[in-house]
Amino acid sequence: MLQNKDPINVIITGVGGQGNLFASQILGQMLLQKGYLITIGETLGLSQRGGSVMSHVRASKRETLPPLIPEGLCDLVLALEPIEGLRILGSYGHPDVLTITNTRPIMPMDVLAGQAEYPELEVVLEKMNELSRRVWTVDATDLALKMGDPILANVIMLGALGGLKILPYDVRTFETAIREFFPDDRLTTNLEAFNQGRTSVKAI
Amino acid sequence: MSIITEGRSGQKVLLMGNEAIARGAIEGGVKVCAAYPGNPSSEIIGTLAKIGPELDIYVEWSANEKVALEVAAAASFAGIRGLAAMKQNGLNVASDFLFNLNLTGSIGGLVVVVCDDPGAISSTNEEDTRAYAKIGDLPLLEPSTVQEAKSMIPFAFELSEELGLPCLVRSVTRISHARGSVELDDPVPLSRRPHFNTGRPLVNVPALAFHRKLRAKLHRCRDIFETSEFNEYLGPEQPEALIVASGTPGAYAQETLNLLKAEDRVGIIKLGTTWPLPESFLVRQLRRADVILVAEDVDTFLETNLKALCAQKGRELGIKRFLGRGSGTLPDVGEITPDCLTTAVAEILKISYEARPPEYARTAQEAVSRYAPTRQVGFCAGCPHRAAYWCVKTALALDGRDGFLVGDIGCYSLGFGPSGFEQMKTLHSMGSGAGIAGGMGQLARFGFDQPVMTVCGDSTFYHAALPALFNAIYNQANFLMLILDNSATAMTGFQPHPGTGQNAMGRQAPVVDIEAVCRTLGARIEVADPYDLQGTIEAVNRLLVDEKGVKVLILRQLCALVRANRGEKLYQVRVDQERCLGDGCGCNRLCTRVFRCPGLIWDKEKGRAGIDDAICTGCGVCGEICPQSAILTEEI
Repeated sequence: MLQNKDPINVIITGVGGQGNLFASQILGQMLLQKGYLITIGETLGLSQRGGSVMSHVRASKRETLPPLIPEGLCDLVLALEPIEGLRILGSYGHPDVLTITNTRPIMPMDVLAGQAEYPELEVVLEKMNELSRRVWTVDATDLALKMGDPILANVIMLGALGGLKILPYDVRTFETAIREFFPDDRLTTNLEAFNQGRTSVKAI
Repeated sequence: MSIITEGRSGQKVLLMGNEAIARGAIEGGVKVCAAYPGNPSSEIIGTLAKIGPELDIYVEWSANEKVALEVAAAASFAGIRGLAAMKQNGLNVASDFLFNLNLTGSIGGLVVVVCDDPGAISSTNEEDTRAYAKIGDLPLLEPSTVQEAKSMIPFAFELSEELGLPCLVRSVTRISHARGSVELDDPVPLSRRPHFNTGRPLVNVPALAFHRKLRAKLHRCRDIFETSEFNEYLGPEQPEALIVASGTPGAYAQETLNLLKAEDRVGIIKLGTTWPLPESFLVRQLRRADVILVAEDVDTFLETNLKALCAQKGRELGIKRFLGRGSGTLPDVGEITPDCLTTAVAEILKISYEARPPEYARTAQEAVSRYAPTRQVGFCAGCPHRAAYWCVKTALALDGRDGFLVGDIGCYSLGFGPSGFEQMKTLHSMGSGAGIAGGMGQLARFGFDQPVMTVCGDSTFYHAALPALFNAIYNQANFLMLILDNSATAMTGFQPHPGTGQNAMGRQAPVVDIEAVCRTLGARIEVADPYDLQGTIEAVNRLLVDEKGVKVLILRQLCALVRANRGEKLYQVRVDQERCLGDGCGCNRLCTRVFRCPGLIWDKEKGRAGIDDAICTGCGVCGEICPQSAILTEEI
């Protein structure tokens, strides 16, 4: 869908600790292999302490782009947490944007403290649908927990995106990219996570 | 081995801005690198520390930025190349040395990289450090891309040696924490043996003679900058308007013009050397149009200096109309984004531009405000600081004399907010808590009767709290200092410090023991474990009633993230939902509403508290606060 678009603009969002930045790095590495010039803009802040995180991944074969995607130009939102995805649509969404979201909420502190409400997942998905051209969901954290480590949710999400063939990469591209980061013994788990995502992404 | 050490000329790799700066240092033949961690600069030395031993480069985490600059300068004085890196606040700390170093000058190439944080994304201010270049008559380079962040470093070393002056390179969060495709060059082959020339002392007396020499160096620097490849003009011969930009706005400008289809109406003067200004180059370019939009982060540094230049060259340039942050065309504070730049240019050119349909924007923003509750930052699950602040709050309430706590910079700064029960009442710079407590501790003579506490972390203790502690002991101030010793510089990414027994390059190092230091200084010392709430509260109360001099309570407990990364858990925690009385208890959900550890959840269906096993790190502290003793902790 975006295979022939230049530039490609993706926002990956989530909560500190979900491996958001790692996902953006892997995505960048994969597109780099395909001959794109890459820029990734990361907004970390105090991410480790539970804040919202977003990475802008920009790829073009023509030029190196600056690190922030201008409003209205984001092609795809990859949300590791549902309301973080919605938050990004609030500022970067437009009628043509594509959204892929993990279904597992992470409660903000104010919600845990009873001072704010976390909406029902159906409501979040409905709003996302209203604000996107298409929406897909992945039970990434649930699958990752079954695999024994919630951090794998980020790779599962990349697998889901790979499975939809929206971007020019596949499992082999992923394998080459992941080898830069992990020793061989972690490879199998990551490939399995990628494949889990590839096969379990659902359109709504 | 990594791409940063092995990469060869012409190779294109994806690097983080700070990694690119580290690679630039290697290409520039650096031998000594020093820094105190501070985001967004930390990964520069973090990257170099990992590869230092392999490349025979000395890398250290210094106790503070002034020391870091002195260490790097020492290398320069001995004829080899040195680099110091810091965040914007760090340059304030280093500035006293810097403004004498400029006068004596340097010998081997000396580069000071300072990473500013426009928008204060990970800082308590958004200070623009470029003013230091002007105050100190120092050359200033501003990269606008990750590629330039790399390429400017070897150039800065050469320039520094050519002029005999330290060179400032100003990065920003959007470059330091961005990743981009970078084309590598080979390192310069340098093999110098360090030697200090005793026949050429570096003493800037008489200062005026040295100041005169410094001015002359700056003039020479201006000549070099006139032909620098880091300055360029992009656009038509006779545009309607000009954008003058440095830093990331320089990179945004082209995309802005593309979006507005205004490439043939507006020209861009992209400046990479921003002090001293390349005046002749600028005069040539500024002639092209009379409307000038200046886009820069954060202050009107460029704008003001350009206005001065245009006043000086009024006869040649005529009257210009300056727009920018000063005129309100761009926002007064915060970072320049592509969006605010696009809005400004559209307004100047009278182009109507909508990034997305207004109806969509309204719906989207409404959805966020209604369904996406904000995510406040707070202490991590099991963080010992949360326990420490719980004890502060309880002890101060028991003490009953309207006592309070002042603090400073570190993870524990979050004590000003709900996750620290709003206990921190002043927050400024590194070590400022101890200094302020020392001042408050002198006010009893005027009738001040509130007990005063201060708090600092272990890394901050070495950085800047020590002089304030000496001062308080010498001047017999009365206060209680809490040192939250979690054995890590946790805020910036777990860098080692003088108390950790390890140096930057991963080698064993002597431990500078905080407790022994405080004892030697003559403070009354106690040590407690913040996870032991009762014991800690009693210690705080005991020390608060002692109204003589400085008391130090060291609260020692390992950072919860470090413990979690090691896979250690002290307790298996669960809620006995029979014993928890829920909303019928009368505690009003003390655990989730007030204590607010992310590991604690409210089980809506059952109307009882619960534990999120994926998040709980097993500190066991919540077991001590439940009035029903319904939170059960089993030792593992």
